Amino acid sequence: MSTAALTWRQYRLERKMFWRNPSAAFFNFLLPLLFLSLFGAIFSGSQTDLDVIVPGIAGMSVMSTTFSALAMNMVFLREQGVLKRLRGTPLPSGAYLGGLAANAVTNTATQIAIVVAAGAAVFGVGMPKDWLELLVFTAAGVVCFASLGVALSHAIPNFDSAPAYVNAIFLPLIFISGVFYDAGNAPAFLKDIAEVLPLTHLIDGLSAAMVSGASFSSELSDLLVVLAWGAFGVFFAIRGFSWEARRG
Amino acid sequence: MDSDAPAILVRDLQKSYGDVHAVRGIDFEVARGEVFGLLGPNGAGKTTTVEMLEGYRERTSGIVSVLGFDPGGRPRALREKVGIVLQDSGTYRHATVRELVTHWAGFYPAPRDIEEVIDLAGLRESEDVRARKLSGGQARRLDFALALVGDPELIFLDEPTTGFDPAARRAAWETIRALADLGKTVLITTHYLDEAQALCDRVAIIKGGRILAVGAPSELGVGAATRYRVTWRGEDGAMETRETDDPTALLHKLTSAALARGTGVQDLSVSRPSLEDVYLELTAEATPTVEEPAR
Repeated sequence: MSTAALTWRQYRLERKMFWRNPSAAFFNFLLPLLFLSLFGAIFSGSQTDLDVIVPGIAGMSVMSTTFSALAMNMVFLREQGVLKRLRGTPLPSGAYLGGLAANAVTNTATQIAIVVAAGAAVFGVGMPKDWLELLVFTAAGVVCFASLGVALSHAIPNFDSAPAYVNAIFLPLIFISGVFYDAGNAPAFLKDIAEVLPLTHLIDGLSAAMVSGASFSSELSDLLVVLAWGAFGVFFAIRGFSWEARRG
Repeated sequence: MDSDAPAILVRDLQKSYGDVHAVRGIDFEVARGEVFGLLGPNGAGKTTTVEMLEGYRERTSGIVSVLGFDPGGRPRALREKVGIVLQDSGTYRHATVRELVTHWAGFYPAPRDIEEVIDLAGLRESEDVRARKLSGGQARRLDFALALVGDPELIFLDEPTTGFDPAARRAAWETIRALADLGKTVLITTHYLDEAQALCDRVAIIKGGRILAVGAPSELGVGAATRYRVTWRGEDGAMETRETDDPTALLHKLTSAALARGTGVQDLSVSRPSLEDVYLELTAEATPTVEEPAR
């Protein structure tokens, strides 16, 4: 079988397994949608707030489906010896990791589609103003947060501690990056921290694409920050990669 | 590769982690169709050795050939011909036995029939059970099935029955014998003597990263420790034991003395050291009794 066929097969298995794992399906899929409904309902009186929340939830979805999901997944697969077992088969590494990544991207794409649809149909945000910009920022966000998630997995000692490591980063980040409200009113030191990290910039880009229609050129610096973090993530994801759990 | 060449050839294989020498220059060969055992206590270097043959670890020095390939670069052509059962390794927890065997079959160019593999591994009754619900013994059978489904020429089994209850061990042994009957070459590591004795054509006893003795389980008792052990009940009623290279003279002395007294020799036995005696002697904490082969 060709590598492409093996990747496709691996992807289909990952999809099937994803839906059979209720916890993964909930945290990676339903939780962002739950947030969208709740915050959407709470701020339903203010279109200004909704215009912030919808792209904010979109950015959070990108992060949860890639960063959180892959960090936990990689720790689990490594600790359980699944990676080691697969490494002993003829399955090419690229086909395996490709299937794993494609599974995450499918979750991202589905969630973005749902957020966009809900934004237009329920929350008065309208259809995205620039589809290409939306696609570019989503893709950049996927590369950035997927690689950072894999890189983080190298630093997590075991699966029991994985949710703590992941959420210690994920939860503060979504609050300071303006997922639920306009972070412009936050204290300066929090704004400075958020400004250095990628999620704020991803949300800025998504906001331009979905709400304001601000042109690409005005969001170029945001894109560059996201891609710079992506390069950092890719470097450490590859460098620290191990097929085996560390022992003793 | 011609069929007379050994399935595995190892020459002066060494592995060091910094100052720690896990494997200190070992040599052995495994013939095609042979069931070969690496027998030794925990920490002897068994798993390190096997993982160098499997391609999981880079060797520090020495020559290794597995089915004519150097496993160091993990060539795919080699991985297609080798089945690996690791000491412990998980799998997709939410997939059923049948789904996993079917999926694994797709990795290989000429897999075995899936029904046949499920039967061979003894998984027929649990074929629709999800992996996370399998018992330890059943999970091991699944390991065998996944290692077997690619129809490999060579199968590595690293501590295949550690932690098993006797019934599960017997079942695993039956599966391993079935692999041997299919003509597969099997390399098995174990710290169970009875396992080595029950399954292996030849055994290498390994300790401290060195091979102390190699041979058929029945021969090993003869090779290193050639002494006979003679025990009997003495005139004072206490048991006496003597070890000797030649029991004939001792027995003659004992029996003729007894005949002269007009009695018999009570509780007389003559035994050769079992593999267990050899193993205990060789792996005792004291200096190994077998010299390193001169190089």
